[in-house]
Amino acid sequence: MTLDLSTPEFLIERNRDRCIDCKVCVNQCANEAHTYDEEEGKVVSDDTKCVNCHRCVALCPTKALSVRKYPLEFRSHGTWNAHYINSIYKQAATGGILLTGMGTDKNYPIYWDHLLLNASQVTNPSIDPLREPMELKTFLGRKPDAVKIENGRLAEKLPPQLELEVPIMFSAMSFGSISLNAHKSLARAAQEMGTFWNTGEGGLHRDLFPYGKNTIVQVASGRFGVHTDYLNSGAAIEIKIGQGAKPGIGGHLPGEKVGREVSLTRMIPQGSDAISPAPHHDIYSIEDLRQLIYSLKEASNYEKPISVKIAAVHNVAAIASGIARAGADIIAIDGFRGGTGATPLRTRDTVGIPIELALAAVDSRLREEGIRNQVSLVIGGSVRNSADIVKAIAIGADAVYIGTSALIALGCHMCQRCYTGKCNWGIATQNPNLVKRLNPDIGAQRAANLVKAWSHEIKELLGGMGINALESLRGNRLMLRGVGISEKELEILGVMHAGE
Amino acid sequence: MNYVIIGNSAAAVGAVEGIRQVDSKGRITVISDEPYHTYSRPLISYWLAGKVAEDKMIYRDRNFYEVNSVTPVLGVRAEKINFKSKKVKLADGTDVPFEKLLIATGGKPIVPPMTGLNKKGVYSFLKFDDVKEIEKAVSAGSKKAVVIGAGLIGLKAAEALAKLGVEVTVVELADRVLPAILDEHAASMVQEYLEKYGLKFELNNTVAKILGKSSVSGVALQSGAEIACDMLVVAIGVQPNTDLVKDTDVRVNRGIVVNEKMETSAAGVYAAGDVSEGFDIVYGTSRVLPLLPNAYLQGEVAGRNMAGAETVFAGGLAMNAIGFGDLPMLTAGIIKPDSDEFEVLVQADPETKSYRKAVLRNGCIVGYICLNRVDRAGILTGLIKDKVDVSGFKDRLLSLDFGYIDFPEEFRKSRLGGGAA
Amino acid sequence: MKRVYAKEEVCAGCKLCEVHCIVAHSKYPNDIVKAFKTGVRPVSRVIVEENRPVSFALQCRHCEDAPCTKACITGAMHRDPETGIVTNEEARCVGCWTCILACPFGAITRDETGKKVASKCDLCSSNDGVPACVAHCPNEALVFEERK
Repeated sequence: MTLDLSTPEFLIERNRDRCIDCKVCVNQCANEAHTYDEEEGKVVSDDTKCVNCHRCVALCPTKALSVRKYPLEFRSHGTWNAHYINSIYKQAATGGILLTGMGTDKNYPIYWDHLLLNASQVTNPSIDPLREPMELKTFLGRKPDAVKIENGRLAEKLPPQLELEVPIMFSAMSFGSISLNAHKSLARAAQEMGTFWNTGEGGLHRDLFPYGKNTIVQVASGRFGVHTDYLNSGAAIEIKIGQGAKPGIGGHLPGEKVGREVSLTRMIPQGSDAISPAPHHDIYSIEDLRQLIYSLKEASNYEKPISVKIAAVHNVAAIASGIARAGADIIAIDGFRGGTGATPLRTRDTVGIPIELALAAVDSRLREEGIRNQVSLVIGGSVRNSADIVKAIAIGADAVYIGTSALIALGCHMCQRCYTGKCNWGIATQNPNLVKRLNPDIGAQRAANLVKAWSHEIKELLGGMGINALESLRGNRLMLRGVGISEKELEILGVMHAGE
Repeated sequence: MNYVIIGNSAAAVGAVEGIRQVDSKGRITVISDEPYHTYSRPLISYWLAGKVAEDKMIYRDRNFYEVNSVTPVLGVRAEKINFKSKKVKLADGTDVPFEKLLIATGGKPIVPPMTGLNKKGVYSFLKFDDVKEIEKAVSAGSKKAVVIGAGLIGLKAAEALAKLGVEVTVVELADRVLPAILDEHAASMVQEYLEKYGLKFELNNTVAKILGKSSVSGVALQSGAEIACDMLVVAIGVQPNTDLVKDTDVRVNRGIVVNEKMETSAAGVYAAGDVSEGFDIVYGTSRVLPLLPNAYLQGEVAGRNMAGAETVFAGGLAMNAIGFGDLPMLTAGIIKPDSDEFEVLVQADPETKSYRKAVLRNGCIVGYICLNRVDRAGILTGLIKDKVDVSGFKDRLLSLDFGYIDFPEEFRKSRLGGGAA
Repeated sequence: MKRVYAKEEVCAGCKLCEVHCIVAHSKYPNDIVKAFKTGVRPVSRVIVEENRPVSFALQCRHCEDAPCTKACITGAMHRDPETGIVTNEEARCVGCWTCILACPFGAITRDETGKKVASKCDLCSSNDGVPACVAHCPNEALVFEERK
C-alpha cells in the first residue's frame, strides 16, 4: 500500500463535556465517521470519513458536535490552491473522473445579485397584498396569436395549458437519483400548492399515479419508465435534452441504486446500470425533435402541453427558437448553476452559461422573432429565493423550476455527495435504511411551506411595485436595474443600470 | 346481591375487583382465618430475608376494603358451609348468609408422613404467621436448618434463612432442584449457584425421621445419614385446601372442580385460586395451578360471573418467575417434554451463564425456560397463550434480542397498531 | 385512551426516544447532560427494535386487560381506572419479574441501577403532556393518539 496523500476535508469537533455517548451519531452516519469504541466505552470520530452533511450535528441531543473545515493548509498560492492539489492527488491515486453532486460551488457571477427591483413612490401607488387581491396564477403553454371572444367567451379552444396557482414548480429529479419518499414529498406539496412536480427521467412510481394531475412526466434519452399510461398520467410531458449541471453528457444511475422499486418503475432489470445516453439517438436536428414532440402529442391526444428542457449553453437563443418552431409548448432552460445527483466535476464547474443571461437572450430572441407567445419559458438552475423568482419573471420567464431549494427544504445540507448514495437525509439515496429518514408527511409539509412562504414574498414585492398580477410583471424589464455589472452584461440582460 | 368470599388472598382480591367491575352496590364480605389485611403470600420469604418491611406486605392499598365497600371478617375461621340455607358458619358461632359464595381458601402445605412432626422447631412456609415464627426462632438463636423440598417454596425459604445466617441443608426427593420448572441442565446451574451462596443439598433423598426430644435436634435421612439441625421447614408444596367442602355437594377432584365460569357443581358457589382446578391451555385439561397470577385471574373471572357478567376463564398455564441473588429465571408451560411430538430448542452461553430453552408442539411454543437472560420473555408467554404458529421465526425465538421485529410484518402491525391493546 | 404508536416506515433508528426516555425519568429531567453524567441513570422504558432496514420503538401498550397488573405479586403494578395508564409503584416492587413473564409485548424492563425494580413506560404521566419519546422523535415516527 502506498501512502495516501489525501487529507480530511472536515474536522469533527466533539465537546466531551457534553457528549453522553448515546451513539445517536454512530447510528445516523452512513459514512461511518462515528464509531463506538467498546473498550474505551466512548464514541470516537474519524475526520477522513466526514462529508459535513450535519446529520449528526442536527440529531445530537446535547449539541456536542460541530464540523468545520479541516485546518490543515497548504502554503498559500495564487494558482495552486488546496482544491487543485487535492484533485490531482485523488486522480493520481485513482485514474478516474472526479465526480460530484449538486450545482457548482465556484464563485461565478450570480446576476440575480446584480439586479434590483423597483418600487412605487407617490404615483402609481403600491398595493398591500394583505388587503387587496394579488394574482399569481400562471398558465403555461402555447398562446394564440390573437384571442377571439364571442359573447364574453373564448371563441376558439386554447391549446392545452398548465394552470399554476404559483409560478414555482419542482424541477425534474428522477426516482433513482432521489428517493421515493422525496418524490412523495414533492408530489404531495405540488398538489397542495396547486402547482407541478416533475418525474425526471426515471418513470413514475405506481404509488404516485394519483398525483398525476400535478405531475410533469419526463421523457429523456434513456426512455426509462416511458409507456402510454405514464405519458397519459401526467398533466404535461417534458422532453429532456439537457441539464444545467451537465450539459452535453448523459446520466448514469449505478446498478446498486436499481432496487426492486426503481427497477419496476424504470422498467429495467434489478441491479442493472441505468445509462441515459448523452444525445437522444433519434434526435439529430430540430426536425427530429419536432417528430418526437408530435409523437408525444399523438400519444397524449393533443391534450397535454409538451415541454422541452435544455441546458443553458452558448447559443441557447437560437436553439430555443428552433424548439419553439418545432412545436414545443414550453421551453425549460436550466442554468449552469443547476444541481444534479451526479456529474463529472469539471463539467459541472465549467460547461454552460448563467441562467439569467440565457433567459434574457432567449426571451429577447423569441420576441424579436415574434414567436414569444408560442411558448412559455420556464427557467431553473439556482433559484434561491422569492426575489430571484421575481427578477426572473421581470426578465421574461413565465415560471421557475426549483430543485436544489426544494431539496434543502426537505433537509438537504448541500454536502454534494449525492452520487455516493449515502445521503444521510434520506433524499439522494435508495438505501432503505436511509430513505425512511425522510418522512414524506414532513417533507410534503416543508416543501409546501417553502412555496407558500415564497408566494407571500412575491406578492409583497409585486405590491411594492404597484403590480397586482404577476402577468403584469412578465418581461417587464423596466422594473429591473443592474448594479456593478458591465455595459455588455446590461445589454444582454436588457436592463438599465441603477440610476438610469 | 350479597356476596361472600372465603379467603383473603389473590383469588379473593381478584373476585372483589371482578365483582366491582360489574356491580358497584352489592354487599361483599371477605372471611379469612388470618388476621391480616390483604397480603402477598409470595412476599413472605422476602419479609423473612428482610427485603420487605411488614407495611409493604400488603397486596392492595390500605383503603382497599373501604374503596370496594367490603366487610372484612378477619382472624375468624369459616367452619362450615350450609348450602341449603346459604350460610357460612364461622368459628365464633356467627352465621354469614350469602347469595353468591366464592371459595378461595387456597392451599395447605403438603406434609408427608414422618415421625416426630409434633416436635418444636417444625415449620411450614406458606403463611405470614409461618415466617413470623421462623423469624422468632432465628432471633432466639436457631443456627441450623433443614428444608424439605427444593421447589419454589423450599428454595425461597432456604435462601431467606441463609440470608439470616442460618446454615441450611435442602433435602429433595427428586434428582434436581426445582424439578417442576427446570430441566436437568438449568437445575444444575441453579444448584451450583446456590451452593456458592452457601446452601447444601441432599438430592434423591428425603427425611425419614425427625430427631430430638421435644424440640428438633436433627433429621435422619432415608439414605441413613443424619443431619443436625434446630429447625425443620417442610416446604414440599401445597395441596388444595378443600376441607370446607369435604363430603358436600361441591365436587372435588384434586382441587374443587369448576366450569369455565369458575362455578362449582353447587349452584351459586364458585371457587378460584389454589383451591380449585382450572383449565390449563398447554395441557388442554383442567388441573390445579397454584400460582398467584392464575389465582387472581380465576378470582376476577369468578367475581364477574358472580355479579352476573358472563365471563369465561380463558385458561392458565404454569408460569413462574423466581430468582436467587442475581440469578433470575422465568419459566412457563411444558419445559421437559416426554414424547417426540415435541421439538426442543436450546441456546446456552456458558460465559454469560445464560440458558434458554423452548418447547414446541405442532409449530406452537408450549413452554420455555429462560435462565439468567430473562428480558422480554413475556413475548414467549404471549405466543403460548395465543397459540401462535412460530415455525416461520422459530430460529429467532431464543435469541437475546428476539422481539416483535421477528414477527411477520402484518402480525406485528396488527399487534402494535390497534387501539385497545 | 391515547397511546404511543410507532410508524415503522419512518423510524430512523436513531434511538433518541430511548435517550429522552432516560432523561425524562432521571433525576435531571431538564438537563440531559447531567441526567447522563451525574450518578446512576435509569434504563430506557422504550425499546427500539431493529433489524435493518426495519426499526420501531416499542413501549408499554397500556393494555385494558393488563396482564402485568394481574400477575404482579405485590400489587405494585396497577392500572389507573380513570386514565388507563399502567404504572409500577416502585416502592412496593420487589423485582421478582413476574410482570416480565406476563407482558406479551416484552415492554417491561429490569432496572437494577438501584433497588431492583420493574421499569416501564408511564406515558410520562407525571409530566402531564406528550411523552418524551414522542416529543423528541425527530421524524414523527412516534405518535400519541387515540385509536379505535
